[in-house]
Amino acid sequence: MGRRLADLLHGHRRAQVGLLLAGPLGWLVVAYLGSLAVLFVAAFWQLDDFSGQIVHSYSLTNFQTLWEGHVYREIVLRTVGVAAAVTVTDAILAFPIAFFMAKVATPRARAALTVAVLMPLWASYLVKVYAWRTILNQDGILNWALHPLGISGPGYGIVATWLVFSYLWLPYMVLPIYAGLERIPNSLLDASGDLGGRPGTTFRRVVLPMAFPAVAAGSIFTFSLTLGDYITPQLVSSKQFIGNVVFSNVGVANNLPLAAAFATVPVFVMVVYLLVARRLGAFEQL
Amino acid sequence: MKIRVWFAVLAAVALLVAAGCGGSSSSSSATGSGSVKPGSDAKPMAKLGAGEGKLNIIAWAGYAEDGSTDPKVDWVTPFEKKTGCQVNVKVGNTSDEMVTLMRTGRYDGVSASGDATLRLIAGGDVAPVNTDLVPNYKDVYAGLKDKPFNSVDGQMYGIPHGRGANILMWNSKKITKPLDSWAAVFDDASAYKGKVTAYDSPIYIADAALYLKATKPDLKITNPYELDDAQFSAAVDLLKAQRANIGEYWADYTKEQQAFANGNSTVGTTWQVIANLLEGDKVPIKTTLPKEGSTGWSDTWMVATKAQHPNCMYEWMNWIISPKPNAEVAEWFGEAPSNAKSCAYTAVKDHCQIFHAADETYFDKVSFWTTPRKDCGDDRGATCKDYSNWVQAWTEIKG
Amino acid sequence: MHLSRGTRWALRIGTGLTLAFLYAPLIVIAIYAFNDRRTATWPPPGLTLSWFDNAFHNQGVRDALWTSVQAGIGATLIALALGTLAAFAVARYRFFGREAVSFLVVLPIALPGIVTGMALNSTFTQVLGVDLTLFTIIVGHATFCIVVVYNNVVARLRRTSASFEEASADLGAHTWQTFWFVTFPQLRSALVAGALLAFALSFDEVIVTTFTAGDRETLPIWILTNLSRPNQLPVVNVVGVVVILLSIIPVYIAQRITSDPVTSPGAAAGPTP
Repeated sequence: MGRRLADLLHGHRRAQVGLLLAGPLGWLVVAYLGSLAVLFVAAFWQLDDFSGQIVHSYSLTNFQTLWEGHVYREIVLRTVGVAAAVTVTDAILAFPIAFFMAKVATPRARAALTVAVLMPLWASYLVKVYAWRTILNQDGILNWALHPLGISGPGYGIVATWLVFSYLWLPYMVLPIYAGLERIPNSLLDASGDLGGRPGTTFRRVVLPMAFPAVAAGSIFTFSLTLGDYITPQLVSSKQFIGNVVFSNVGVANNLPLAAAFATVPVFVMVVYLLVARRLGAFEQL
Repeated sequence: MKIRVWFAVLAAVALLVAAGCGGSSSSSSATGSGSVKPGSDAKPMAKLGAGEGKLNIIAWAGYAEDGSTDPKVDWVTPFEKKTGCQVNVKVGNTSDEMVTLMRTGRYDGVSASGDATLRLIAGGDVAPVNTDLVPNYKDVYAGLKDKPFNSVDGQMYGIPHGRGANILMWNSKKITKPLDSWAAVFDDASAYKGKVTAYDSPIYIADAALYLKATKPDLKITNPYELDDAQFSAAVDLLKAQRANIGEYWADYTKEQQAFANGNSTVGTTWQVIANLLEGDKVPIKTTLPKEGSTGWSDTWMVATKAQHPNCMYEWMNWIISPKPNAEVAEWFGEAPSNAKSCAYTAVKDHCQIFHAADETYFDKVSFWTTPRKDCGDDRGATCKDYSNWVQAWTEIKG
Repeated sequence: MHLSRGTRWALRIGTGLTLAFLYAPLIVIAIYAFNDRRTATWPPPGLTLSWFDNAFHNQGVRDALWTSVQAGIGATLIALALGTLAAFAVARYRFFGREAVSFLVVLPIALPGIVTGMALNSTFTQVLGVDLTLFTIIVGHATFCIVVVYNNVVARLRRTSASFEEASADLGAHTWQTFWFVTFPQLRSALVAGALLAFALSFDEVIVTTFTAGDRETLPIWILTNLSRPNQLPVVNVVGVVVILLSIIPVYIAQRITSDPVTSPGAAAGPTP
């Protein structure tokens, strides 16, 4: 029977593609995009004031509320700002170790380092954030360690969220950059040196441009994971991020329409980000 | 091929959306003057049948202890042994969470505070209760029966659990003079900048309104849950000013417990149970009910309209207000019990006196949580802020 | 590759610092797993092994762990199937909308988890009217796991030439034989790596799961519920430590497999027999 099917399909490239894509596309388009569509239709609905039931009358009230309340703008800017800061921080932190792994380390060290970088990903996200919560405490380890130096840690707040997010997503940035740097032939770097380039110049003009798509690929994770997170801001700061407002409206106040309306913002930001990243060649480096 | 693909995609999406439109529940009644109109016409259960072997409830932290917090604190296991109903407890941190959880239809009952009860009744999520099927109901204090937040037109919608007040707590090592006023967290909060804490729920706006009732009489605030424009703005402004001094807000009580134990918070509103746990861990704290009065809660156990285990739920309600368990939970949580007979069973002999269990005049001064509605309930008509305004304002306040 | 000694040392120090940064909190978790007080103060007043015993006998943990494993396996299998199919279509064929497929596949993981969670929840509870069960958890996880398998397989297919498949066909093998004897062996390690990464993603996911789990508790959900119960925090730390230690095994296996000489980058040109 398999043979018959193979014969049937032979030569019919379009049918082959169709069959291959039927499953994945069916799942992603119908189940996923369809669900997103349902959610965003809800953004135009209202919540009955008293009983809290959703009323199916279409209007732009939710978007109006979000536009007029300047606190929402602040929250968006705050979230996007932290996401950008985390991305830059992780790129800077990831580069030395990725370069070391790709170009300097022996194969055994490379294997060990890959394992070492991947392991923290397996530690539960929640446990890690809670550990940071205790570290950043008033009487926690950070303050205790910095006390002899006479300074104190950042405590809870925006700085804390930046710190914790940078910590959490760092492995997601190291791996693509490592893969991308590995793809740069050593001969290219040697040639740059032979032509008179100092290490700094080689880095700036040869390594960085070639590794940039990989950085862009890693940044998709760091940016998007920060953009939608609500658990970390809740645990290490009292400022609200986009995720907090969405969650408190859907999970707590049961105002799904307002939550859905506000959720359009990070979706829009991420779609734009993905399109830019694709332009920069990030998708080949994921 | 290209056009057919797009058509298929659009058709699939449209189908899902159309189905989504039909699926949700429609809007309900309620609002307007007078009492709440129940959202469903469910009848109270007529006869108690055999237990179904299982029970899913939503409860405040500390209301349904099964020994996992403290092996000596357990009134769930005896219930399970007696009735065969295995209890599965979901802790709700705020009334909002509880309402949302009840809406999912997966739970048989909930311990709802006054700011959730009316929303649940209006939303048709809870059914009226046949108090004849709850033998211990007759011993409940009269002051808890047939209240506006747990009954409609004389029909009870739940069984009273107990009541209590939100109190002020401070670290007695870091703040040596005893406090007696909410000014410590409002007007004088800058003395404790970065170390003040507050309850993370829109209902906290009522605490600000209560403070303004005492300190700014020209605002003429009588009921901290019925606030018109001017009163509401004043409360919101007060909270925005407080925000600058807040270290963190707390919704789940371990967060506040950790914050006080670690020195991140030194003053703020709390529940007695948190203070008790901190004392157990030898953290130096003191509490008081400030002179301006306090907000508080009067909780009611309610049965879901679509409860899958209604018999077990009735058994639970009867159990939790029977003298010994009611005494245990009242002592653990630090509140006044609802059953008059439980006062004989408390470990601390004068628990009921301390918590004013029978003192109706005391509780007249506590402003129980209740859902703010547009209808002010007095001659101002329908000009007050309703709960969705409170929720939006709370987002603005937290920033 | 010629680098000055100074640069090499700078890189070594940078690597060391980064690793220290990555592991410091994990060591803190390990320390608190032995803390003999409920609240986590520093330094911990005393050490005890009792929490390990407690965790081992905790029925909630065991159930949650089992649910997580089931969800992970289910999601990984679906992701393997769908991701491979999509990867084949994109890497071996040219068709209208090929670029869009990559974009679509990465969307579930790029959009915030809370959006995916809310969307799936609305569809399940309101449109389809189904209960939230293990099945809905698996559906949610599979959706964002597809991309990790897809990426690995596409990368591998790009590196292996289609000429092998053509040669196989020329030699008389039909489509399934070609796939089984030629393509699949080359893909194997990419599939394993993708599967392990997909499992890891599913195992630790909490936000989408919150919206699709209903009453079932996966391990992250159990942790979330118990972080707010005073007596359970040390047990949570114990669970965290155990999971990290156990995870050495799959990560090590994945590492060994992806350094398989057939497929590692910069390896010899021809296939190994």
